[in-house]
Amino acid sequence: MTHLKEPLLKVMGVTKYFGDRVGCRDISFELWPGEVLGIVGESGSGKTTLLNTLSFHLEPTRGTILYWMEEEGPVNVGQLPESKKRHLMRTEWGMVRQNPREGLRMRVSAGANIGERLMAIGVRHYGRIRAEVQRWLERVEIDTDRANDLPETFSGGMLQRLQIARNLVSRPRLVFMDEPTGGLDVSVQARLLDLLRALVAELHLSLIIVTHDLGVVRLLSHRLLVMRQGEIVESGLTDQVLDDPHHPYTQLLVSSVIQA
Amino acid sequence: MEIRLQAVDIHKTFILHLQGGKRLNVLKRVDLTVEAGECVALTGPSGIGKSTFLKILYGNYKPDSGRVLIYHLGQWINTVEAEPYQILDIRRSTIGYVSQFLRVIPRVPAIEIVMEPLQRLGLSVQECRVRAEELLRRLNLSESLWTVSPTTFSGGEQQRVNLARSLIYPYSILLLDEPTASLDEKNRAIVVQLIQEAKRRGTAVVGVFHDRTVREALATRYFNLSMEESG
Repeated sequence: MTHLKEPLLKVMGVTKYFGDRVGCRDISFELWPGEVLGIVGESGSGKTTLLNTLSFHLEPTRGTILYWMEEEGPVNVGQLPESKKRHLMRTEWGMVRQNPREGLRMRVSAGANIGERLMAIGVRHYGRIRAEVQRWLERVEIDTDRANDLPETFSGGMLQRLQIARNLVSRPRLVFMDEPTGGLDVSVQARLLDLLRALVAELHLSLIIVTHDLGVVRLLSHRLLVMRQGEIVESGLTDQVLDDPHHPYTQLLVSSVIQA
Repeated sequence: MEIRLQAVDIHKTFILHLQGGKRLNVLKRVDLTVEAGECVALTGPSGIGKSTFLKILYGNYKPDSGRVLIYHLGQWINTVEAEPYQILDIRRSTIGYVSQFLRVIPRVPAIEIVMEPLQRLGLSVQECRVRAEELLRRLNLSESLWTVSPTTFSGGEQQRVNLARSLIYPYSILLLDEPTASLDEKNRAIVVQLIQEAKRRGTAVVGVFHDRTVREALATRYFNLSMEESG
């Protein structure tokens, strides 16, 4: 991550209500190219709502999200036509969900799950798609013999790695991740984290990662937002927030972690 | 005289909200200027805030007030006010920090932990590997351990990995928190030698050294935090 004049994403006063219940309120921050931003908080703190709002899976009630597109520069994402939003989601953005079954197409083969994203960005050459699929399966440590198998036959950890490959094959500039290690065994988590760490460095990815696991953000994220009841209560450099928490809620979160 | 680091009027209080808002006043009006090639040993009774001060210099703890000025790539940056990415940038190429404990990452072998700071600066894998091997060899870490994750290493082995990681790049500032605490005499002497080499290259060193022999060998100056507080 280097000094850059322009952010990749600028979030201003984003608020989401469900009826009169607050999902998240007055969220503002900038994300820089190559930066990994962690969002932590307990269940119900609004972190997943925020992620879904930022990625326009939910319509914000208020607020503006600017995104610097590769070619066109800054666009107000909320004002993009629906077709363009969808295009952005398939090309420059990626979304890794906690449950890989929601992010994968379970009725087509593992290889097709990866290849499909490439076709969406206009790659037509079959040989090239095949080669990229192979390369990505290897990269996420899935045996290439399994390319023609349905995801249903994969373990939880493999499914999550497949979902990551599906998202990264199109070289997105911004990836959203919702609890990517949630629901996995500890040893499987470690492997996934190690993989994510390497990919982030290698691809210079910008990443917004929501998790309740402080170990995950300590390892992956440069900067941290702590959310409580829909609002940001503390933010800053990850190790500073975790090692010298100032807000009572952050102190509670940090002290609640059981040291292994 | 080339100043590398300047802490000005540092105050630090911890407020423990989970203990009824208890306040711990740790540092008050601390000023320290460190020049290239100097080694400042922080002294004072335990609990006085030596590690806290080092962590503030590293940007790991946030002081209540004051400035921490770091000379980074030709300009002065106050890390107390700086953006997170600026602090990360400073840590990448200007400040090295050795803590008492290694933060082990599962599955990542020792040699890669040592190589990582160089790789982040864009050096080739081959070059990073050669330098990491050289350093681990000097620190007497058995070659059979290089490709293993340090999860199961002894305290002394972990500490040598930690040291190698911070000594692999010629940072202009080195912060050392008990760098030899769990080492035997032979390895302690090697670490002292490596830090002396860094000083000769012009690295500004600030450290907490419990071991008297190490402290006397390395320190060009003592800085007593307890006196600083009352003064």
